[in-house]
Amino acid sequence: MNFDLASQSVRELNAYLHGAAPDASVTVTSPNGAHNVAVGVNVPVNIDIQGHVGYYAAGMNQLAKIDIHGNAGPGLAEGMCSGEVHVRGFASVAAGAAAHGGLLVIDGDASLRCGISMKGIDIVVGGSVGDYSAFMAQAGHLVVCGDAGDALGDSLYEAVIYVKGSVASLGADAQEQAMTDDDHARLTALLQRAGFAHESHAFRRVGSARTLYHWNADAEQEY
Amino acid sequence: MCGIVGLLLKRPALRPALGELMLPMFIGMTERGPDSGGLAVYGDRAASGERRFSLYAGESAVDWDAVAADVRTRFGQSTIEINGNHAIVEVNAAPEAMAQWIAEAHPDIALLSAGRTMDLYKDIGAPGEIAERYGFGRLRGTHVVGHTRMATESAVTPAHAHPFTFGDDFCLVHNGSLSNPNNVRRELEHQGVSFVTDNDTEAACRYLGHRLNEGDDLETAVTRGFSVLDGFYTLLIGTRDTLAIVRDPFACKPAIVAETDDYVAISSEYRSLAALPGVESARLFEPRPRQLYQWRVQ
Repeated sequence: MNFDLASQSVRELNAYLHGAAPDASVTVTSPNGAHNVAVGVNVPVNIDIQGHVGYYAAGMNQLAKIDIHGNAGPGLAEGMCSGEVHVRGFASVAAGAAAHGGLLVIDGDASLRCGISMKGIDIVVGGSVGDYSAFMAQAGHLVVCGDAGDALGDSLYEAVIYVKGSVASLGADAQEQAMTDDDHARLTALLQRAGFAHESHAFRRVGSARTLYHWNADAEQEY
Repeated sequence: MCGIVGLLLKRPALRPALGELMLPMFIGMTERGPDSGGLAVYGDRAASGERRFSLYAGESAVDWDAVAADVRTRFGQSTIEINGNHAIVEVNAAPEAMAQWIAEAHPDIALLSAGRTMDLYKDIGAPGEIAERYGFGRLRGTHVVGHTRMATESAVTPAHAHPFTFGDDFCLVHNGSLSNPNNVRRELEHQGVSFVTDNDTEAACRYLGHRLNEGDDLETAVTRGFSVLDGFYTLLIGTRDTLAIVRDPFACKPAIVAETDDYVAISSEYRSLAALPGVESARLFEPRPRQLYQWRVQ
């Protein structure tokens, strides 16, 4: 099944994907930066998007495998629960925000706030991530093959970050931690699934120092 | 929300098609800014010593021929191009003298801009209607700075629409909102800068324009601005020979650039760039926060 967004609406595409029995394979042509492409899919279909998408592409995805041959706008795969989203270009701000599960792969760079408040998703970024990435990240993994911007992992909960390049600065309560065998195994598997040839030994782990977990009445309250 | 669009043509042969190339970008940002729109267009126009003044009459029924005669009496030899409630006067006059004279002699006319190469249009209505009203598709020139507005902080009037201008050939459009425009305005007023509206973008425009007048280059003015202008902003700036963009330190408002050998095109979103010829092989990138990007007319 093919949808050409030059002549068909995003609403038609999404209604089809939400319908009774969509084809196992759906192609989308001429997305031309449209918003909300392939959001809320809840079936194991392969969706191939040939071009750039705008805001909120693949949001709330469950089960679908969505391949974007272009760049993605803000809020890519926001709230994803399962399935796989792969962007061949770059992603704008807040990629994978608040997502509960699944795998998000971005071949290029991700902008600011990548993985903000992530709750279980695995995100693998082939390039670099912008400032405030993994802010208040609760669960899941953020893998950065390039560099990270300022305030990485600020107010982290139990999500784990692996960075290969430089980190401009760590956020409050984020700390570099020793890589365990489990980390190497998990990271190797994620890199392999994402299709990147890096060695896990080239990465450093950033996790929560857990000092913000409990209210400290004696502290200066200056965070 | 608002939409910003900018286009600078690198290849001189394309300059007659500036309006035609920009039009789908401008109309493509209608959803981000359905209530007002405007643009500043730069070209090689005014004869040496002369300036171009963009005048706007709004709802007032203005006899432009009478205005043209008055301009001749006051300032001497001049030409006028009339386009409905909008006119462009070319005359040898200082911007301050023209502003003062218009306010006194024709208070129903707004002076939108002054400069040697810049013309300015702004009005309320859907971007497509405004483009049709003023023939944006027929504009020629080197670069253009456009805006579609969805007002969130001050009234919907032609004067509150963007672009805002300062002095000669400087204009600015803004996606976002400032939290301290009143402070910025108050401090500038103490330094003799006057304002037309209570719009937050006007404060940013006059702040940066004032800094340039004080001798800063754009990079220095914008860097100072990071500690003066508080809020969310993607600013698109035009000068006689430059198109520039800067985003606030949090990159709260979107922007994307498409660059080819023929042009630099900037928009809030890729969807308004999608109709540009050759965009599929353009270098696409999002400007980083807190970094000024500038392109010069060659």
